Amino acid sequence: MYSPHLKPKVRGHMPVMLPLRLRADSLPLADRLFNLWTLTALVLALAVVLIGPAFAQLATPDERTTLTILLEWTPTLAKGFGFNVLISVLSMLIGTVMGVFLGVLQVSQTRPIRQAAWLVTQFFRNSPWLVLLFYCILLIPFQFEIFGVNIPFPGWIKAVIGLSLPVMAYTSEFMRGAILSIPTGQWESAESLGFSRRMTLTNIILPQTVKRVLPSWMNLYAVLTMATPLVSIIGVDDVMALTRAALSAEGRADLLIPMYLYILSWFFLYCYPISSLTRVLERKYSVKL
Amino acid sequence: MDFANTFIDWLRPDWFLNLAVVSDDYNRGRYVAGLWMTIKLSVVSIFLSLIVGVLGAAVQGAPSRTLRVAVGIFVAFFRNTPPLVQLYFFYFAIGTVLRITGDNGLPQPLISNFGWAIISLSLFAGALNVEIFRAGVEAVPRSTVEAAEALGYTRLQIYTDIVLPLAVRVSLPALGTNLVNLVKTTTLAYAIAVPELLYVSAQIWSEDLNVREMMNVLLVSYVGLVAILVWVLHRWEKALRIPGYGE
Repeated sequence: MYSPHLKPKVRGHMPVMLPLRLRADSLPLADRLFNLWTLTALVLALAVVLIGPAFAQLATPDERTTLTILLEWTPTLAKGFGFNVLISVLSMLIGTVMGVFLGVLQVSQTRPIRQAAWLVTQFFRNSPWLVLLFYCILLIPFQFEIFGVNIPFPGWIKAVIGLSLPVMAYTSEFMRGAILSIPTGQWESAESLGFSRRMTLTNIILPQTVKRVLPSWMNLYAVLTMATPLVSIIGVDDVMALTRAALSAEGRADLLIPMYLYILSWFFLYCYPISSLTRVLERKYSVKL
Repeated sequence: MDFANTFIDWLRPDWFLNLAVVSDDYNRGRYVAGLWMTIKLSVVSIFLSLIVGVLGAAVQGAPSRTLRVAVGIFVAFFRNTPPLVQLYFFYFAIGTVLRITGDNGLPQPLISNFGWAIISLSLFAGALNVEIFRAGVEAVPRSTVEAAEALGYTRLQIYTDIVLPLAVRVSLPALGTNLVNLVKTTTLAYAIAVPELLYVSAQIWSEDLNVREMMNVLLVSYVGLVAILVWVLHRWEKALRIPGYGE
């Protein structure tokens, strides 16, 4: 698309080299008055008028400022956020191990295995995360009895399993794509060197897929981290549950917006570097034509 | 229906199958209402998110630097924060503040939970759509745009008549993934008590104590919904295909 703001960085570039453009007439007064900026200002003013009285009404004699309250709650929320990170790392670990396995099964030479792996992948990829979480929370027993010993199975471990299922499916799909994208010459030359299929996979094909899978895998991790607040719905005390508890403990309506924005920015600060790095890697590893 | 009922009654003692959704009229009504709500949520959010995406992508090609940065911030923010927290932010934080005085003199929410669910889902999916459409717009060859300029098209005409039709075709596969994701994300509306599929299913299984069966019904329903969407998108992709372009 033509974009006049992007000046080509060419030596000897002169305005005369640009395509001929007729200078537009200056905008009529109506357009100059009613443009996007005035619209934004109007909307903002309207919002202030609408929201302002609500704030005035809800204000309590509480002396502490919003910032103090946020700082007071920060250690608690940090603990909750750490729990979210723990859940995401564990789910990613379990999901990736299962997903790589399932992905390899998807390119199996036996037709039924291939089809079964495909079906499992598609099923878990297309069902909502929240439903899978409910599935695991409600249908996995809360403790197992093995050799007479009761092993407790708390909610958060079930949540980890529930979150690892979609991760497994996505990883499986990434692996299948990556394995299929390796040139067939690699398989053939490995065969001619006397590698068995298993050795070819583990020693030649899989190491090469790492580079191709890495960007999407990292993106998946960011998506998974952003899905971890879901566990608060099914009763795990993560950062979201703690935030809501903090809000009800304070009971101040003017705290709602700052508090939620605060949590949003925590997630943003954690996920944004990951997705930026993903983009860098994508560009670095992209196939140059 | 009579035959089906006998069939289900026959199934129950042997398999402990408690398919209340099929056997019980009341529960079936609730289930269908929930399904309809999920479909409404999905369709409206898909439509609005597409509008957000097209507008955002158009603005990202605009000459004004401020506008481009603003859209960039919007996209970065909505892509890198959890959709559930966004929904809570809209419903509990902004929704609490945004109240009007109702007929009975008590403050009432200006926008219902259904409305907030749609707004939140559309913005979340729309932010991704902006990225997807922008990638599509960038894939349109510059020579095509220059040819249109040479023919005297205005900027708007170039965007709507030349760039967008080609960009849509390029971005359809990525768009499909995102829209499927959006349908899956409608389950979040459960958290703010919108009576959609997951919500009514939870009601049914807590009354009838048939968690296992309802769970399976629920999973099959969602996989079915997604399958329909994938089929529609596939048909659309086929219908839009220009021989010799793409592939």
